[in-house]
Amino acid sequence: MTRLNDANQVLAREIIGRYPKARSATIPLLHVAQQQNGYITQEAIAHIAELVGATSAEVLGTCTFYEMFKMHPVGKYLINICTTMSCALMGAEQLVTHAEQRLGIKAGGTTPDGLFTLERVECQAACTEAPCLQANYRYRYRVNAAQLDQFLDDLAEGQLDAEIPAHGVVARVRQSIPVDRAVSVVAPDDVHEAPVWMPLSGTTA
Amino acid sequence: MSETVPVTLNGRAIEANKGELIIAAAERHGVYIPRFCYHERMSSVGMCRMCICEVDTGRGPQLTPTCMVAVAPNMIIDTESEMTKNVQQGVLELLLANHPLDCPVCDKGGECPLQDQAFSHGPGESRYIEEKRHFEKPIAISDIVYLDRERCILCDRCTRFADEVAGDALISFSYRGNETQITTFPDEPFSSYFSGNTVQICPVGALTAKPFRFKARPWDLSQQESTCTTCAVGCRIVVESSRDEVLRYMGVDSEPVNHGWLCDRGRFNFESVNSPDRALQPLVRERDELRGVSWNEALAAAARLINEARASGGAARVAVIGGARGTNEDAYAWSRLGHEVIGTPNVYSQMGDGLPADLLLLERATIDEAANATTIVLLAPDLKEELPVLYLRLREASEKKRSRILEFTPKQTGLTRYAWRSIGYEPGSQVAVVEEALADADIAAQLAKGNVVVVFGRMNLAETITAGVLALNRLLKAVPGSKLLPAFRRGNSLGALQVGMRTGPDGLNIRGVLQAAADGKIDCLVLVGADPLSDFPDTDLARRGLAGARRTIAVDTFLSASTARADVVLPACAFGEKDGTTTNLEGRVSKVVRQVSPAGNTRPDWMIASGLALALGSDLGYADVDEITLDIAINVPGFEEVTAASVAANPDGVVAGVPTAIPPVGLLEGVAPERNSYDLRLVVSRTLYDQAAGTAHSPSLAHLPRGSAVHLHPLDVARVGTRDGVEVKVFNARATVVMPVVADASVLRGTAWMPWNNPGPNVGELIDCFAAVNDVRIENL
Ligand code: SF4
Ligand code: SF4
Ligand code: FES
Ligand code: FES
Repeated sequence: MTRLNDANQVLAREIIGRYPKARSATIPLLHVAQQQNGYITQEAIAHIAELVGATSAEVLGTCTFYEMFKMHPVGKYLINICTTMSCALMGAEQLVTHAEQRLGIKAGGTTPDGLFTLERVECQAACTEAPCLQANYRYRYRVNAAQLDQFLDDLAEGQLDAEIPAHGVVARVRQSIPVDRAVSVVAPDDVHEAPVWMPLSGTTA
Repeated sequence: MSETVPVTLNGRAIEANKGELIIAAAERHGVYIPRFCYHERMSSVGMCRMCICEVDTGRGPQLTPTCMVAVAPNMIIDTESEMTKNVQQGVLELLLANHPLDCPVCDKGGECPLQDQAFSHGPGESRYIEEKRHFEKPIAISDIVYLDRERCILCDRCTRFADEVAGDALISFSYRGNETQITTFPDEPFSSYFSGNTVQICPVGALTAKPFRFKARPWDLSQQESTCTTCAVGCRIVVESSRDEVLRYMGVDSEPVNHGWLCDRGRFNFESVNSPDRALQPLVRERDELRGVSWNEALAAAARLINEARASGGAARVAVIGGARGTNEDAYAWSRLGHEVIGTPNVYSQMGDGLPADLLLLERATIDEAANATTIVLLAPDLKEELPVLYLRLREASEKKRSRILEFTPKQTGLTRYAWRSIGYEPGSQVAVVEEALADADIAAQLAKGNVVVVFGRMNLAETITAGVLALNRLLKAVPGSKLLPAFRRGNSLGALQVGMRTGPDGLNIRGVLQAAADGKIDCLVLVGADPLSDFPDTDLARRGLAGARRTIAVDTFLSASTARADVVLPACAFGEKDGTTTNLEGRVSKVVRQVSPAGNTRPDWMIASGLALALGSDLGYADVDEITLDIAINVPGFEEVTAASVAANPDGVVAGVPTAIPPVGLLEGVAPERNSYDLRLVVSRTLYDQAAGTAHSPSLAHLPRGSAVHLHPLDVARVGTRDGVEVKVFNARATVVMPVVADASVLRGTAWMPWNNPGPNVGELIDCFAAVNDVRIENL
């Protein structure tokens, strides 16, 4: 039941087809599994092992190596507050305490409504913007308690759905590119206008 | 000669082999570089950093992990420099930072590379005073192997072995950094047939094996090199004992045979030597009760039974069956007793599950030749189940791209996934299938490419050997120069056959003996370590034969189903209790040693044969086992070079030659009939763990056989209208048995596979050993 569903199985085979060795698809398929269930189930691991021709133990080994793969259910929004040096100096601990009180859970826990999981994490490489946090790996910089409250409210109300998808959706990566959106290398001499992807992705508006 | 490379090692000029790792070159030249993760039979990974030394390749001395870097011309290696020492001390201090240092209660203490190298290369003091990392103390990662994660130094040896050597990557590193640990997948234990090897190669006490946990301290063990006789691979082992009790076998790295590896069955069935169920004293049946007697009484009683039988109708009314589980010397003494003293031609060492003796006349390949052949043709049973370490050798040949495997099999085997081509066939159609393959252009081209070794064995116990032998003949004829590796299974099958445990002129083989006994034509049956009820494929005939023989004399280590009703029981020494030599499937003769005193009142088989000969009025003339070894060298063609001295001088053994003449074995004529579409063709073969005495009497292994079941292709399961796990009625004209169905995609459509001699209903009831093939039908209950 918590193996990859039919659609994802089709997708999995397509992804595997992109690599010379099926095993190379292990990590992309773990993302697919996490996107499907919000976390990675044992059944999904066994299923991926079957698909890529590895043992379940090997896929488990890969899966547990990466923090971003969760082996237990997490909330729809994973709130990671950085508590490493720069952020710590700029009040990260107070922010964590505030978040704990506001959500009624300890760091590491999930709210009973399944909406938020709170984590203390190591440096997120945004030290100049301390204290910083991520919600499902989307940054918020120089956050104070009031902003945090507002942010959590917005998330809960679905205001940020467009920007921050549910946990498991790491990026809204297209698995295949429609022909009309495909780009290819163009020799410098042949360039007469802005690259096609600019208007397509709306960056030259 | 391989090319050499001049390098400087600690100021000394040496010639290293081209491509050789620094650590290996140094070792060959007498300089030991400390190491934990490096293992010469596995790829290097550079995990532990213990082997770092200063190496100058022209850019000045650099710290280099010597297990990762090959020698290069004019390299200057310094394994003793101040810098090298500092770094090695640093690595050890780090490795020990989280190590629990529970040496006083650790099974590895005393033979632990971490302990030893901390002493020889360590800093002596640790600056780490903080709390160490904690894990739950040992957790079982399989029925046999326990893991203590606190002791693990993450060297990747066990996981590399499981993946690279065994092909069972059921353990892996999980998590990261300080949390890194070896794990299995939940509910999927590390149930590899080779798991014991990880315990042997773990450089710390992180992996321990249940049979040895807390049994003895390594320094209390005394040890001798010997040969495993559980199967016909004949792996080199060290037998270790303390206080006259065998406690452990360790693999010895023998280049031509086992490369240091053992299978778990061979490694752990020493437990049966110490079993309280052993037959420990001679017994004679009196008024339906077995009574303990002296050896003289028992031998006299046995001689009386043999003489009565001879008096009633000649020596041919006596049959001597068995002998393939003992040493060459045991077999030779028994063969002389049977042929010369008793005078019967009915002497036979195979149990109807083996191979015809005249195969010994064919040119034989060694294991090394097979594992280096361009093409390995398998007309053999599942080697992973029957000859596990041969499986490892051939798997490696395929993985390292030295050899291509062409397999013919009635059921997918452990080697199928490594095979270049695996061709399934329905029993009875071997000849046609082989001919068709030979006509295939790709296959013909492959066979013409280089050396070809054919591994031939008994693929299916539910058919006669005829079709297999005919197919083999076709193959050998079609590929001139190809050699044969006979996949005998029992420890000393080849030795027993070659030294003489085979029929004389007009003698009967096992099937003939059992038939004759059933017909009342055998008066005295001597079972030398033979258990026809468990081993002979046709259980009905075995039962009728045992019932029909008026008298039975059993020579065995345990009383078995077949010998429980014996008239005289002569208790034999087990492995580890007697000296001698054994012959593996390539004809390699190596030593087996007596490491502990014989249990109870037991004697080696050869001594029993000598005693019985004396009781019959003849003297075989042997005072000790070396005299028999010499006698074999003098009298047995092919064994000329095999003397006690040559075997002692060559720990890897001496390969015996091919005998000069063995009378052809009559193959049972008979063509496999067409299979009726309602029937399934029966395929029966062995699993590594079954109810064999050595397994059944070893507590750590006894529960491992999976049990009788009928395995069907998933589509056949549906066709029969049943489901996986449901009990069904399996029947044919001979018998009906009830057993669970297993849906198994490795089984060919139209066939039914059953494991032999597993707990549960007896599969042999369905087998007629005279029929070319056997079919069964399946019905729901
Ligand atoms: S358990 Fe032993 S062999 Fe395996 S990684 Fe740890 S130390 Fe190495
Ligand atoms: S493969 Fe055979 S000889 Fe080797 S350890 Fe196993 S049983 Fe013994
Ligand atoms: S310290 Fe917080 S992002 Fe670097
Ligand atoms: S032995 Fe070289 S790094 Fe471990």
